[in-house]
Amino acid sequence: MSHHDVDTPVTEAQARAWRVGDTVTLNGLLFGIRDRTQIEMFDRGRKTRLNLQGHAVIHTAPNVRRVPVSAKFPAGYEPICVGTTTSDRMERFTRPLMTQYGVRMIIGKGGLRDGSQAAFQELGGVYLAIIGGTAALETTWIEAIEDVDLDDVNPESLWQFRVKSFGPLLVGMDSHGGSLYREVASETQRRRADVLASLGVKA
Amino acid sequence: MKVDLQAVEEAARALYIRALKVLPPDVKQGLERLAAAETQPRARQVLGTIRHNIAVAEQTENLTCQDTGIPIYNVTVGRGVQFDGVDLEAAIVRGCTRATREHPLRSSVVHPITRVNDHTSCGTRIPVINVAFSDRPHELAIEMIPKGSGSENNTFLRMAIPAEGVAAIKAFVVDCVIAAGGKTCPPTIVGVGIGGSGDLCVHLAKIAATSRPLGSRCADAEGAKLEDELSAAVNELGVGPQGLGGDSTAFAVHVELAATHITMNPVAVNMQCHAVRRATARLTPAGLSYDA
Repeated sequence: MSHHDVDTPVTEAQARAWRVGDTVTLNGLLFGIRDRTQIEMFDRGRKTRLNLQGHAVIHTAPNVRRVPVSAKFPAGYEPICVGTTTSDRMERFTRPLMTQYGVRMIIGKGGLRDGSQAAFQELGGVYLAIIGGTAALETTWIEAIEDVDLDDVNPESLWQFRVKSFGPLLVGMDSHGGSLYREVASETQRRRADVLASLGVKA
Repeated sequence: MKVDLQAVEEAARALYIRALKVLPPDVKQGLERLAAAETQPRARQVLGTIRHNIAVAEQTENLTCQDTGIPIYNVTVGRGVQFDGVDLEAAIVRGCTRATREHPLRSSVVHPITRVNDHTSCGTRIPVINVAFSDRPHELAIEMIPKGSGSENNTFLRMAIPAEGVAAIKAFVVDCVIAAGGKTCPPTIVGVGIGGSGDLCVHLAKIAATSRPLGSRCADAEGAKLEDELSAAVNELGVGPQGLGGDSTAFAVHVELAATHITMNPVAVNMQCHAVRRATARLTPAGLSYDA
């Protein structure tokens, strides 16, 4: 298990080199995306002018303050609290994010399902786990909100963050079929009968 | 005591922000306890990051979690407390709106069909305002719960039948914890509602998950016994913090129960993520105060 400190965007070869259990720290651009953002992009045909090629998207909708545009706040937003939401709801958007926009890394919490796993394998991508509910810490890794698109669905806009030392993030799913979530799920199922027996319940 | 509605509005505003920023002391202790007992290295790291985040939130006076949740206000009316109910509700809505605009907080509330967000954290029937009564003289207590969606999306009801017995309740709780996996941001407080009507059962699960401090016990002896059994059992499943494996799946299982119909055996599960948010204010003739 190794650590990778990288500048974004990354290449397919970089993403494919990472294995489940590795850790990754990102520097550069990071894109915030959420349920509504992706419903707009993939169900309602809206396009974004932002370039996600080779980048990471994080499942988020931040707390922000509107401020005058300045060098420090180029999009007119000050980040207040930027955290992460549950990824599972956005499972079906992984593949189109990769095929239509070239996204290589999905950051979230709780993991994704088999469809995403297949997309990571075929197209070369990873799921990077962040610790949900640790937004105060995550916010300290955000340097600025550089740009924002699809802002009519704020706070579920498409956010372009500049980040420094964003991580460490844990590779939870890789391009070789590895998934910590599947490992834990099968172990949990294996233990279920014993746990029910300890409660006097026939499985 | 005649309730000062200005004080209610101020409490509703301040409580929302306070709940999002200040982790209750019982939860901090609960995290220490889990971290000390955790045997899996990855789980220990996750718990370490969660505790580090709490310190950062305190230092930077920031929210522990980005999710401002569905705002819930639990109002408990003591003896001799007088107010106009419609005015009280309006004061709470004003306080909730002001917290959202003035801090500012992300409004996480939308119309359920149009999905339009008014950016006030309020909407039709939101905030949720529950009213209960106590025998405490001249006290109006307001508890504020910003209920995060990661855990709220894992809310389950099963209208089991008497022939399935307590076994159905136990199996349902275990299977809900498995189904939730890492989606609820474990370690969680697993709230279990038993009995009542369908809606009361779900409400009891919510109260069990969100309003009861760690270390508290179900007032019913049979319920308390079940809490002990289930608390031990779910932590044998191996879900672990963030669903990444480990011993620390739940701080505890809390049970709240109500009498039910002879033909019914309902069980509900509602979960509270590790970013436990609850804050309480008390309005008395001496003025407004906030619980630690």
